Order: sequence, then C-alpha cells, then structure tokens
Amino acid sequence: MNAAHENAITILTNYVFPNDLHVHWSMMIALYPYITGIVAGAFIVSSLYHVFGVKSLKPISRFSLLFALAFLTCATLPLLFHLGRPERNFNIMLTPNPSSAMAGFGYIYMLYGVVLLLEVLFIYRPTLVYLRKKSQGLMEMIYRALTFDSTNLSPESLELDRKIISFLAAIGIPMACVLHGYVGFIFGGIKANPTWATPLMPVIFLLSACVSGVAGIILVYILIKTFTNKPADTDCVRTCTNYLAGFFILDFVFEMLEVLSHSYLRTAHYHAVDELLNGPLYNSFWIGQVGILSVIPLILLGWLCLTRVNDTLFKIGASLVSFMLLLQVVFMRWNVVIGGQLISKSARGFTVFHPEWFDKEGILTAIVLMCAPLVVLFVISRIFPFWMEEMDEG
Amino acid sequence: MDREKPELNEERRTFIKKVLKGTIAGSLLLVIPLRADDLETSEQIPEHIPEQIPGIRGSEYDMSRHRFVFIVDITRCIGCGSCCVADKREYNVPDGNYRTWVERYIKDIDENIYVDCPNGGLDGYQKPREDIDRPVRDTFFVPKLCNMCEDPSCVQVCPVGATFRSPDGFVLIDSERCIGCAYCIQACPYSVRFLNPVTHTAEKCSWCYHRVRRGLLPVCVHVCPAKARKFGDLNDKESEVYKILSGPGVITVLKRDMGNSPSLYYKGARREVI
Ligand code: SF4
Ligand code: SF4
Repeated sequence: MNAAHENAITILTNYVFPNDLHVHWSMMIALYPYITGIVAGAFIVSSLYHVFGVKSLKPISRFSLLFALAFLTCATLPLLFHLGRPERNFNIMLTPNPSSAMAGFGYIYMLYGVVLLLEVLFIYRPTLVYLRKKSQGLMEMIYRALTFDSTNLSPESLELDRKIISFLAAIGIPMACVLHGYVGFIFGGIKANPTWATPLMPVIFLLSACVSGVAGIILVYILIKTFTNKPADTDCVRTCTNYLAGFFILDFVFEMLEVLSHSYLRTAHYHAVDELLNGPLYNSFWIGQVGILSVIPLILLGWLCLTRVNDTLFKIGASLVSFMLLLQVVFMRWNVVIGGQLISKSARGFTVFHPEWFDKEGILTAIVLMCAPLVVLFVISRIFPFWMEEMDEG
Repeated sequence: MDREKPELNEERRTFIKKVLKGTIAGSLLLVIPLRADDLETSEQIPEHIPEQIPGIRGSEYDMSRHRFVFIVDITRCIGCGSCCVADKREYNVPDGNYRTWVERYIKDIDENIYVDCPNGGLDGYQKPREDIDRPVRDTFFVPKLCNMCEDPSCVQVCPVGATFRSPDGFVLIDSERCIGCAYCIQACPYSVRFLNPVTHTAEKCSWCYHRVRRGLLPVCVHVCPAKARKFGDLNDKESEVYKILSGPGVITVLKRDMGNSPSLYYKGARREVI
C-alpha cells in the first residue's frame, strides 16, 4: 500500500482511540520547558563571561544570573498546576523510580538551584558587604543573611571567592545542559509518540533553550535600559546578538534535520508525522514556527551581524529579533508538546485541542505564570543591583 | 520472566491486600463484600459462587507460580458491548473514559479501512454505518483493553513507582501513590490509560485483579456471550488459554514493534488492526 493510499484512508476514517480524545499534557507542560529553557539559556550567557572570558558580556553577566534565578524560582509552578495530585509532588523525591525519565527532575532541579544561588551569592559578595554597611533595619538583616554575616573582603578571601565562582560556573554549565537536555529527554524517551521519540529531542530542546535564554536577556536588557533612560551597552548587545545568531542557526538546523530525516527515511512513523505537520499543525509549524518566526529572524540576524548597522537601529533590530525568537520557541514548545499529542496512537486520526481561558491549566494561568518570573526579577532587583556601573557610581 | 525483587513483593502484597480490602467495591456477580484476609484462606468464599479459574481457591496464593494471559478472539466477537457495560459498572468508570472498548472495523471493496467506536462500544453496534458508499467487503469487531505488557512502558516511566508489575503478570496502579502526572498515559502505546476525573489519578484495566485472586474470571470475560474474551493461567496446562496458545492457530499481539511484549493475544486479527 503506498503512502498516498494510506493518507487517504486516514482522512476517511479519522479514528481516534477513545482515551486519546483528551490532550493530557496541556499548556502547563508546554510552559514548563519554556521556563526551564530560559533558565538554562540565561545561565549560559553568564557563563560565557565567567568561564569563557567573553569580556564584552560583562555588563550583563550578573543580570543574566539573576534572570536565570528568577525564572528558576517559577519553573516548578506549571508542573504543580498540571499534576492531578499536586499535594503528593514530594513523592517524586521520596520514592523515585530509577527507570523513569521524570523521576530525576526534583533532584536535578534542586541541585541546579543550589549551584545557581551559591554562584549569585559569591559573585555578589563584595557588593552585598558594601550594601550591608550602607543599609539599616530589615535590609541590613537581609544582607547580613545573604553574606552569611561575613564582611571579610581581604585579597585572600576575594581570591578564594574567585576560585569558588569559577568552579560553580564551570559545573553550572553541564548542569544547565543536563537540566534542559533532560527535559527534552522526557519527551524523547516516549516511544509511543512518533513525533517525540527521537534522540535529537534533547539536542533541539537544549539549543532552543539557549536561543530563548539569550533572546530573553537581550530583550529585557534593552527594555530595562530604555525605560530607565540609561544607554544599553552596544558592544554587549552586539556580542549577545552574535551568540543568538549562532545558537539559533544550530537550533534551526537541528529542527529541520529532524523533519528532513523523518521524511527521507519514510518509516511508518513518518507518515504519522507528515500528516500531522501538513495537517493540523500546518499553520503553527510551517507558517508560524518555520516561516514567520525562523526564516525572517534568520534574515534579520544576517543583516544585523554581517552588515554595518548603526547603534540605534541595531538595538531596535536586536529587540525585534529577540522578541520573534522568544515567540519561535513558544511555538516550538507548543508544536512539540501539544502538537505531538494530537496524533492518536491509533495512527488513524487526530484529536483537537481547545485551550480554555479559565481552566486550572488554561490561558489565564499561563499568562500569570509567564509574568511571575518578571515579578520575581523585580523583587530580586531590590536586593541585588543588576548593573555594575551603578555600583561603580555608588 | 520474574524481574521483581522479593523484598518488593512484600510491599506489593500489602498494597494488593489494601486494594482488595476496600477500594474496589463488589462486582456484578459478587455482591458480598470480601476482605483481603478472606482471600488468604479462600475457602471462606461462599459455596454458591462457583470457581471460574481452577487452582486459586483453597491454597496459599503464590504470585510467582501463575502466569496469566488474556486472549481476544476477533472471529467470535459480535460487537454487543456487554463487556463494556459490565466493565463500566464494575469500576464505576466516569463517562468519556474507557478501561476497555470495542472497535468496529469495516473494509470496503477497495480495501479502504473504516474504524469507529462510538461511546467506546458501550451501546453495542446495533446499526450499520451509513456514511460508507462503497460496497462493504468485510466487517469485524476488535475489543481492546490493557495489554499487561511484560516490558511495560507505563511502569518504566512512572516517576514515583505508583504503576508496577506483579509477578503473576498484572500491571497495577497504586492510586494512593499516583501523583497524576499522566506520564504513563503518554507512554502507553495502546492508549488504555486515562486520568480519572474524580480521583485525579491514573486508571486503566486491571484484568479484574480482585476477582482473579478470588478464583473468578475478569468481568468482561464472564459476561461475553460469544466467548470472544478468554482468560487463564498459562502455567496451567489444562487451561483453554494454554491450549489456544500452544495450538496451531494464528495468534498475534498488537504493535509488536513497540517491544512491550503484551500478555494480551489476539486470535484472527487482520493486519489492519492497530
Ligand atoms: S498496555 Fe499500556 S498500560 Fe497496559 S501494561 Fe502495556 S504499557 Fe502499561
Ligand atoms: S500518572 Fe500516576 S501512575 Fe501514571 S506515571 Fe504519573 S504517578 Fe505514575
């Protein structure tokens, strides 16, 4: 039976297994890799400075760490909203099943959180000591706690700090990769779903994480600077944009490679994926994710990185590209997580997904959860100053 | 193959006892509430309830000595839906979710396959499909239920160990431990699982474990008027399932390429059956 024939059959029958009509992993599960992706990506930006010595990223090296921290604090929220029995969530850590890809999440997440927090505290130690002296009352107490009541800023202790920071940043990179590559594996490890079951899944997730992290930092950095009427560091934005271009090219190549190899191998799996991408997902995948949100940003990035664009225009262009790429990753998460579940395991049809506005896992919750990290970031900014230059002025 | 560690068995046993004690209420046939303790000395099951699976009552139940399998004979199923009704009543399955269902396959003269399963087959297939304008060549019904895989994906992915496989061949869910993450639902290639909208935990066909431990057949097997559903212990050489599986008939499993090694076998399934 040839492929066209099979397609015809599918369209004729559109038979979905009765239990497949409902999409069990809804928007919260699309949001969760989105948020952890931003965490991993932002951390990698700061590591470029702290580990790989990319000097031009210095102005945002601290900001990106705090950015990662703010998103990390909210990363588990979508999961809790999703769980049928959220009150039992600690079972994942109390009785983990070693063969489950999901069981490690709690541990990886916690370890990473500790590393990130320690790194922030050590990098900020001199600043915090300084701020502690300047402040009183509650703030003084907070700074005292955050510096573990140590005011030792002797050259030896700073040297020790430096070593600890390098160590933390260095182990932070593989951990950020694990945190997010692992999220990809949660999907990639599901053999029953033809769109998920690919070894490329962790790679694609990791690269798109880098893209969303870098793009998020560029966008928020430029926005904060614009609204506070301070100049954004052009050199820094340019370097970031170059990295963004690099990560995005890799990301896009792997995303396309995945589709291409599927369509060239033409296994039984492919026919399901083919029908999905050219059927229910045609708009959100080909037009949204690939056409508008990948090809156009690629052209824009080429223009920004390869030609001489003046500073003002560059910042506008970089913000625009960053915004589009943040959306691209949203679309990618949607297409993978929700899109993948539209295929019924009957291989004979697709179900439909209708997001609800006021559902526990609905659109409103998603919007609130996406704003939550920004609120956390604001709170953090009251304690940890984002920018070095403000400190220098101080 | 027995992959369970003995110390785990103890835990499983206690759990199973708990399940049998109360969570699953009486059955179509058996309305007298039984307690798990009664099971250990199963002589206490009233005389008038006949034993349906030999070798279970009257002796200590040893999990490792049994190997239960299920056989669906597609050539016999008449699509009446009795099994679905019995199952829904047995477990009080919420509407729109199915522990078992019966599909109708229709093949037209051009080899096109049409499958449907309105309401999971609960109403039986009383009327022919009217939207097929080509002459129909063949039609048959395919009952579906948990495959009780020997290498179950659901057990592999469950992050908290709420889904597990017992040595006698049952894959079961500890609903007191399940966190409702639905990972198992994604992982099961046969889509037999769902999240119970009332308890918010995963649920699926259990081959009526509570009945089997009392020497009774799964309720769907018991009610099937066409004997299309068969159940028994493969280690019992006298059982019907043993005779069928060791006989010459063509027996298949669903989605063999998934590598799950189902213990649910199909007799007479066409290649179109997925
Ligand atoms: S059929 Fe699905 S739920 Fe049943 S044992 Fe196999 S993988 Fe698990
Ligand atoms: S829904 Fe329950 S049984 Fe299924 S994987 Fe999650 S915790 Fe395990």
